[in-house]
Amino acid sequence: MLQPVEWIRWVVKPLLFVAALIPLALLLHTAVNDQLGANPIETINRYTGDWTLRFLLITLAVTPLRKITGWQMLIRLRRMLGLFAFFYVCLHFLSWIWLDQYFDLDAMFKDVVKRPFITLGFTCFLLLIPLAVTSTNAMVRRLGGRNWQRLHRLVYFIGVGGVVHFLWLVKSDITQPLIYGVILAALLGFRLWDRRRQQTAAAPAMR
Amino acid sequence: MFIQKPADIRPSEITDKKIYLERRRFLRAAGIVAASGVASGLLLPPVSEAGQKLAGVRKSAFRVDDKLTDYKYITSYNNFYEFGTDKSDPAKNSKNFRSAPWTVTVDGEVKRPARYQIEDLLKHHPLEERVYRLRCVEAWSMVIPWVGFPLADLVKRVEPTSRAKYVEFTTLHDPAQMPGQRPGLLGAGLGWPYVEGLRLDEAMHPLALLAVGLYGEVLPNQNGAPIRLVVPWKYGFKSAKSIVRIRFVEQQPVSTWMKSGPREYGFYSNVNPAVDHPRWSQAAERRIGEDSLFSPKRKTLPFNGYAEQVASLYTGMDLKKFF
Repeated sequence: MLQPVEWIRWVVKPLLFVAALIPLALLLHTAVNDQLGANPIETINRYTGDWTLRFLLITLAVTPLRKITGWQMLIRLRRMLGLFAFFYVCLHFLSWIWLDQYFDLDAMFKDVVKRPFITLGFTCFLLLIPLAVTSTNAMVRRLGGRNWQRLHRLVYFIGVGGVVHFLWLVKSDITQPLIYGVILAALLGFRLWDRRRQQTAAAPAMR
Repeated sequence: MFIQKPADIRPSEITDKKIYLERRRFLRAAGIVAASGVASGLLLPPVSEAGQKLAGVRKSAFRVDDKLTDYKYITSYNNFYEFGTDKSDPAKNSKNFRSAPWTVTVDGEVKRPARYQIEDLLKHHPLEERVYRLRCVEAWSMVIPWVGFPLADLVKRVEPTSRAKYVEFTTLHDPAQMPGQRPGLLGAGLGWPYVEGLRLDEAMHPLALLAVGLYGEVLPNQNGAPIRLVVPWKYGFKSAKSIVRIRFVEQQPVSTWMKSGPREYGFYSNVNPAVDHPRWSQAAERRIGEDSLFSPKRKTLPFNGYAEQVASLYTGMDLKKFF
């Protein structure tokens, strides 16, 4: 019989790893079968962007879920989920510089400077890099838990930035970005509520 | 007459032989049908269902030699927000749209205002096939064989008064049939009905077309059945679909997109690689169904390649200001 920790390591995490690759597998399957539609590049770009946002939200859901269910083991899945958000944003970025812009550096530079939604998306991508780089245990130790946590609070900004990036892109129908926005607000709102709750709980004890 | 400069034609852009032969066969068949109709003293009743062949269509000299975009892409990748904002929505949500009977009201500053049944228009105006480039404001493009008649013919027919300076086009407003017109989340979305406009001289330009078909067949609902505007030198959204009213006015109409985003959409909206949409560049475009995943975009041409024909309409105008 596996210990809970081993169970997470040898069963849950491998399963999650495979599951997180399913969106990519579906995309490749669609591409191979020439089913990406009239504008394949737009399809790929939107699809990888959608999955980046989804993985960001799933990652941000770990802490609230852990606190609500009391199942502390969930924290062990957070790094992998976050890295998958990074993985999909890399694909998203790659689909932009390669398929969409075809490495036209001049045009890309202009886009980043002139288009607020691209400026923001690009900024969030850049900000995700240090988070991915410092995701290893060794890096957590090197930075020290406190600094590491401070750095990784960037993900709140990145989450908001990602949703606004989407919102600024759409022409008139804001339903989709709004759905992401509401979920994100709930996840961040939970944290605020939880902190206040802890503070009020801690206050009498300090006296 | 509209003569294409051969310089920008690549062999890959030349119409497929299969399509060419099919077109030939179709034109011959259409000719026979038309002839028999004339011979028997009455024209065939106009067809009204998408996919039905249109009779009596003559091939026109207004054609670019670019490779035609596949029918399946033209009819599955649509911006027609009345039926939803996703590109695949119009094809899905317009299946039961009733495009017949259909009346087009022509009024305003004209000597002969009229309410035309679509059949009247088809009977009165000979149909022709024209192959135009279509450039969407979202930086993609298609090449479409439209069937229709010159807007100028209708303009002349109703005799605009001297006060008519602009022409305003209104799309059907019918939320029961057009789900995209129902109130959205938090009131988001465009204002209805959809309104577009042209200056009178633009409307009189021989390139401006009222289309009733594509690929020789009755216009599918998702493409703006039964009658839509096609202004090939302007971004696609200028070409109003499912038109119910054409009004001649003195003041410049305020279009739906101008109301929605005055900074992003101007009245003229001529295709112009030098004037960016605030959120994306207009310098290049993606040709639907043609370029591979790994090919760069193609350069967008001023006035969508129709500069020779239409640039004179805008002499002396600052096109950065009048975008």
